[in-house]
Formats: sequence, structure tokens, C-alpha cells
Amino acid sequence: MTYQNDIEITPKLVADHGLKPDEFDKIVALIGRQPTYTELGIFSAMWNEHCSYKSSKKWLKTLPTTGPRVIQGPGENAGVVDIGDGQAIVFKMESHNHPSFIEPYQGAATGMGGILRDVFTMGARPVAAMNALRFGAPDHDKTRHLVSGVVAGVGGYANAFGVPTVGGEVEFDERYNGNILVNAFAAGLADTDKIFYSKAEGVGLPVVYLGAKTGRDGVGGATMASAEFGDDIEEKRPTVQVGDPFTEKRLLEACLELMATGAVIAIQDMGAAGLTCSAVEMGAKGDLGIELDLDKVPVRETEMTPYEMMLSESQERMLMVLHPEKEAEARAVFEKWELDFATVGYTTDDLRFRVKWRGEEVANLPIKELGDEAPEYDRPWTPSVPAPALAEGDVPQMDVADALLKLMGSHQIASRRWVYEQYDTYIQGNSMQRPGGDAGVIRVEGHPTKGLAFTSDVNPRYCEADPYEGGKQAVAEAWRNLTATGAEPLAATDNLNFGNPERPEIMSQLVHAIKGIGEACRALDFPIVSGNVSLYNETNGRGILPTPTIGAVGLLPDWTKMAQIGFAAGDQAILLVGAPPRRGTHLGQSIYLRDLFGRRDGSAPPVDLAHERRTGDFVRKLINEGTATAVHDLSDGGLAVCLAEMAIASGIGARIVDLNEQDPVLQDFGEDQGRYVVTINLDPQGDDILNLWNEAESLGIFAPWIGTTGGSDLVLGAARPLAVSALKAAHENWFAQYMEGAAA
Amino acid sequence: MKSAVIVFPGLNRDRDMIAALTKVSGTTPAIVWHQDTELPQVDLIVIPGGFSYGDYLRCGAIAARSPIMDRLRERAEQGVKVLGVCNGFQILLEAGLLPGALMRNQSLKFVCREVKLEVCNADTAFTRGYSQGQIIRCPVAHHDGNYFADSETLERMEGDGLIAFRYAQGTNPNGSLNNIAGILNARKNVLGLMPHPENLIEAAHGGDDGRALFSGLLGQAA
Repeated sequence: MTYQNDIEITPKLVADHGLKPDEFDKIVALIGRQPTYTELGIFSAMWNEHCSYKSSKKWLKTLPTTGPRVIQGPGENAGVVDIGDGQAIVFKMESHNHPSFIEPYQGAATGMGGILRDVFTMGARPVAAMNALRFGAPDHDKTRHLVSGVVAGVGGYANAFGVPTVGGEVEFDERYNGNILVNAFAAGLADTDKIFYSKAEGVGLPVVYLGAKTGRDGVGGATMASAEFGDDIEEKRPTVQVGDPFTEKRLLEACLELMATGAVIAIQDMGAAGLTCSAVEMGAKGDLGIELDLDKVPVRETEMTPYEMMLSESQERMLMVLHPEKEAEARAVFEKWELDFATVGYTTDDLRFRVKWRGEEVANLPIKELGDEAPEYDRPWTPSVPAPALAEGDVPQMDVADALLKLMGSHQIASRRWVYEQYDTYIQGNSMQRPGGDAGVIRVEGHPTKGLAFTSDVNPRYCEADPYEGGKQAVAEAWRNLTATGAEPLAATDNLNFGNPERPEIMSQLVHAIKGIGEACRALDFPIVSGNVSLYNETNGRGILPTPTIGAVGLLPDWTKMAQIGFAAGDQAILLVGAPPRRGTHLGQSIYLRDLFGRRDGSAPPVDLAHERRTGDFVRKLINEGTATAVHDLSDGGLAVCLAEMAIASGIGARIVDLNEQDPVLQDFGEDQGRYVVTINLDPQGDDILNLWNEAESLGIFAPWIGTTGGSDLVLGAARPLAVSALKAAHENWFAQYMEGAAA
Repeated sequence: MKSAVIVFPGLNRDRDMIAALTKVSGTTPAIVWHQDTELPQVDLIVIPGGFSYGDYLRCGAIAARSPIMDRLRERAEQGVKVLGVCNGFQILLEAGLLPGALMRNQSLKFVCREVKLEVCNADTAFTRGYSQGQIIRCPVAHHDGNYFADSETLERMEGDGLIAFRYAQGTNPNGSLNNIAGILNARKNVLGLMPHPENLIEAAHGGDDGRALFSGLLGQAA
């Protein structure tokens, strides 16, 4: 085979690599000559948006990333947070949006594979997964195909790998018609003294390639993910990788076994931009050079060029720097698991990244600059123009019972059972709250009482109307969902999905959302420890709704006290903790407006972070002291939907007393923030409840009694009683019927 | 009572099974790697669930042809009790230790949910912790659990009391014939079942309906 490494680098070739002319000039200035073809590929892999964060870095730096429990913040494969007793939770969320739109099953599967690998690369055994999925309008002709492929892909990978899916999100909106979002989250447990990092240390040490063989799949995937979609989308299918969960499962076991031998100095998984990114990262972080010999790389196809090998995104591969004296022991572990093990290079002391192939040097680049000198942009952004509030008295009317029944059976609120029953939610034997509640909960295996709660949240409608408030709200809602189980919120990971940052109005969304996220994280002591940015989520120039997904983790000191959303029993008092004086007031951007009246107007509900915090702390106290018998936070669809979900989960009804002189629509469907429905087993006329109210009042929290649980109907004030069974039928049936072809 | 768990690459409920056996009996089972050539002297051998060899061929087909399965067959012939759960059940079928086959779920989708099981024969070493006709809760999680056998075989199995568990109360998740969830061999020392009793043995699981299978087998009080 002849390989032309010194071909002429034309402006078209540069553009095809996703590099701008000034970026190419920077490369030439940096290395003092024209790059070779392989080198151009390496630069495009390192300098694309997906790997370099060139548009977002300036703003990501403003996020709070430290805290007393944070062992490792952003910059490694995943964040690491101390959970006491010498253990840590290792977690991250990452997008696989573009591949999943092109090839939904494999795109979603490899997204799951990638995030699981990020977690076990750090020495953690994955214990929980979630996925936040956003699809186009239900009646769009591609939506069913994408839903069915993505869900099967997530399940196909996570189920075979053996990690329980404990939660997630599924939303539909026409703004995702041409660009769906697949954000995968994984968390693993590790001992705090056995965390593994990507920083190489020591000169002349073996760089070892582990796992699956390298093929041509995914060549240029990261560059593809950094561009908008046009009508040529189908041609991009070869850039999607193919997942092999069987190999990943063996890779997990082999890596954990190998780490236990003490052989591993540094480890980095091969994700986006494969061998290039992993080798450069290990060397650059350790102030070392790396020399690779591509003839040693296990390949599954013949005649692969150095360019293809360096840019392949074949899955289930790892790169490690090992203690040379342990190499034989390490090899034996990988042979036991029937995985490839090959020494493909060495660390050097000259800070160069050298790639050899058939005795020829095909690349020789400065390793630090490849990563550190990536372009960083301060892209222009327009001022935020939040959507104006609804006019006073603009409350479109509908019969409250009809409205609730309709919403429970609508695409936004309907049960996601059709989705989560395709995921293994029991495996590992630690699942304590499976999908369907406020947060997924697992116990910490081996500990008598400790549990962990997981949630994923964002409200793209609010972010579109007001990116700053929407960013705050995403963090607050995640914090609230963890709180509603009784967990202490620990830390979060952010997966920022936006359109083309080269458009100032999109950049504005990104900037303001990050500002809002940072503000909320600071106010709630809820640091961001890992994350991912996905930009260029556009098709033919139309961007998605701004979607900064927040994945978050909380710690339950005692899972026996955990709260759930189902009413515990009849005849219990229902409190609306954190209510404004008139219970519910804010209809702007609500599901009531959007899904019943086709209106997307009004301001996003504001989040009062100080109020949020004291309300959440109070709710958590009610749970931990055993006063609360059921808890659910209010979100889409407001109080009515919240109560209906609590009734459906338990089969127990409730009777709510309307507040006089307030429109029932606002009370029932307003989406004011920072509110929880809490049931308590206290006499509403007794002293205990008075003490509770006194305490709430002293904290500045309004927690009015709004009704009583019991019966088989949900009765909202003067509205027609609704049988819980009817609400349940509406809630349960929509998704399956839709997927079987019923009209959306 | 001593037990052993055989692990093939790609199985992933081995840890769940080991935890259940350990928690119920107080003794950790022996772990047998698929490349081991001998089985330890034990009273119960378990093949847990998962995706052996990725289930890229027919589920369980590759594992069923491992050399360790010949040792297992010898032990089963000697009367040692053998339990296969989910992929373990599929492997036992492929190995010919149990009759019939497991096809893709009728829905063509992976299904994970809680179902109800009826104990159809409580007079076996595996089911003695239950009463005849008892209805228990149990999780399922599989893609290929749709049991099939020819009518002659089915009739013989029904007549000989070889149906150990049936999906009850309309909860059949996969379309299996006669609602079959678990079956025995003629000698009743080999049980294969699709549901996961190992995931419902303690308060943290939200119930312990699966526990009696292990406590009955392992000679412990339920």
C-alpha cells in the first residue's frame, strides 16, 4: 500500500477537516511548516469544538467546581465526590446527539458505552445510569423511529453491560425535529484511595493499548459532531461507531482487575478522537512526550492508514501507562478476558507527539500545544432578551378536571413506562427507587444504611424564554428532586446542548445559561464536577431549544427514611411547602399553556435561590425526622399534575380545598418554583402541626394545609372528581399507544 | 449446603446471585471460571443471568458448548442440583439439560418489570420453601424469555409436574406457552427460570418473595 502523507494541504482539505483558515494559520505558525496529512487529521481531532471546548471554555471556567467533598472536578474522565467511609461516587454526563440522529440504535448504544468507560477508567465500578432524551414533535414522521431506536440502543448496551438505569428524561418538542438529544449519565463507586487518573508519570514507560481492535468506524466522528447538519446527513452514517457491550463488560472487569494489581500509572479511555486524544492527553498532562508505533496497534481491517488509525473512534479501547515490571501480570489479566493487549509506544522526555508507521515518522508535533494551544474564542453574544410576562389577567380558561385528564394523557406528562421497561432497572440488586419518581435511588452495597440518589433535569421551554433563569431552574430542579427523596444534594454534572455558537443569539443563550447555572450552584453549594458541551445542534440553520441538562447526585444517610412520591395512606394532611401566598400564580411558559392552548408565551418562572435552599432544607428535615410520609416536588403541570402523580403511584385519592379569591387554573396549573407537596401523619388540629408551622414561619417558609388524602378520587376544589383509575389509565396508555401508531 | 456459581464472560448477574446465596446461606459460593476444568464438590451449581458471549449468537449457545458444561452435565446426572436463571436458563436449554427453547419476547422488546408467579410444584428441592399454588412477586429482565416446546413435550411436562413456575394474574411478559416461567428436568434436580428471585430477597429490594427459593434449597429457615 502506498500512503501519501505529504499531500498538498489545500484550503478545501482544511475546510473539510472543520478547521477555519485562521486556525490553519495558527497550526503552521505553531509547527513552523505545513502539517502532513496525518498531522492535519490530528489537529482537526484535537481542535474541534467537541474536544477543545473552544467556544465555551471561557464561560465554563466561571462555574463553581470545588467543595469540601469534591476530590476531582472537571478535566478528568469524570468528577469524583467523597461520600464518606473511604468511598467516592464518580460520575459524568455526556451527549451523543449527532450520531444518535444519524443511526439511533448505535448512536445511543455507544453514547452509553462511552460514558460507562469514562467512569470505570477512573477505577469505579458503574452502579447507576440515566439518560436524558429529547425528540422532535410526536407527529413528526421520524420521531417514532428515533424513539424506538434510541431506547433500544440505550437498553441494548446498558442491560448487557449490567448497570441499572435508575432515571432519566424523555421530552418531545418540534424544535428537536432535525436534531435529537441523547445525553447519557453514568455513576460508579470507588475507594477514595484507589482513583485512577490520566496523567502519565515517568519517562521510557510502556504505553499499552487494551481492549477491542481498531477499525475504520467513527473516523472523524468528533469533527462531525462539531458541525451543523444539512441535507447530506445520510452520507454521514460511516462516522457513527458500532457498540459492543460484551467487550465493554470484559474491559470493565479486566481494568478493575488490572488496577488492583498496582500496575497502572495512568489510564485514559479512547473516546472522541480515539488514539490521538487519549495519547496526547496522557502525555500533555504529565509533561511528557509520547511516541507511538502504529504497526503495533491491533487492527481488525487490513491496509489501515495512519490517518485512519489516529482518527478511528472504534469503541471499547483503553490506553494505559504501566509499571514495566508488571507488564507480564497485566498481559495475563487481559488474556484471561480475551482482550487485546499491545505495547504501542513509550513515554519520552521531549514533549513531542511522534507517530511512526512502517518505519516512517508520519507525525511529529508539540504535545502540549496540541491541547493547550487549541483556539479559544470569546465569541460575540447579544444581550439576553427574556420573554415578557403574560398580561395581568391573561388566564385562558378550561374546566380544571378536563385539563388535568388531558395533560395526564399528553406526551409531556404521560408515564415513560414504555421506555424504562426496556431498561434493566433491577440489576446489581441495589435499586431502591426505580424510574417514575423524583429521583432514582440505590443503596451503597456493603453499607447498612447509606443510599445515593440520581436525577437529570432541565426545562428547555424556560431556557428558551430566559436562558439565565432557565439555567438556574435546571440546577434548582435537580437539587429539589434529590431533596424530595431525603437526600443531601452533593454535586452535579452539566451537559450543555446548544445550537451554533457562531451566531451571537445562540452564544447569548450559552453564556446566560452558564451564568444561571453558576449562580444556582453557588447558592446551593452544589458544585459542577464534570460535564460536556454539545454545540452546533442545528439542522439547516435552525437551532434546538437551549438545553443545559443537569445530572446530579445526592447522598441519603439512611435509606430506611427515604421518601417516595406515592401517598402513604388515606386521611393524611397535605401541605404545599414553599408556596407563595396565593399558592400558584405563574402561568408563563407552562405546560398548561403550551399543551392545551398551543401557546409558548410568557416569562419563565423565576427561581428565588435563597428561598429554594431554605425550603429544601426544611423538606429534607421533615423527611429525615420521619414527619413526611410522601414527598413530590412540583414541576411541569404544577400542583394538579403533582397530586395526580402521587395518587397514581399509590392508588389513593385526595381532596384539595381551593383557595378563595384565586383563579383555580393558576392554583392548579401554575408552575411557580421551589414548591413541594408533602403529606404528614399529624392531626391538622393538633399541636404538632402548629409546631411545624411555627418552625416553617420562623424560617420564612409558607407551608399551608391544602387538603387530605383518601378515597379513590382526586378532587381539586370545586372541580369534577376524577377517579384515580381514570387518571392512571390516561397516564399509562399514551406512550405505548403512540408507539403503536396512534395519533399523537 | 455448599454451592458454586459458574461464570462465563458476559454474564452480569453473577454478583447478584453470589450476594443472594451468601446472604441466605451465610456462606460464599465457590466461583468457577468458564475455563476451569473441574467443578468443586458442592450440592448446588448455579448459572446466573446476563449476556454470555454478548448473546450475539442464539442466547446461551456458545456458553452451552464450553468444556465446563460437560462437567456440569455429569454432576446433574449424579443428582447434584443445578439452577439456571435467565441467561443461565437459556444455557441449560442449549446444553440439552432441559427441554424446549426460549424465543424472542412476543413484544420483540427487552422487558424489565415485576410480575406475579404461581408456584406450580412445591414438592421439589427448589420450591419447598413455597406452598403449592402460592402467588409470589418476582422481577423479570430479558429479551428472549418466550418459552416454547412441542405439544407432546409440553403435555408430558405438564403431566409430570415439571412446570415449576408460571406467570400468574395476566402478567406473562413475553408470550411464553402455558405462561411457563420456570421448568424442571424429569429428575427434578435441574431448574431453569427466566425471572430473577435473587433480586427480591430483602427489605432493600422492597420484598423477599424470592428468598424462599434459596432458603429452601440451602436448607435454611425461610
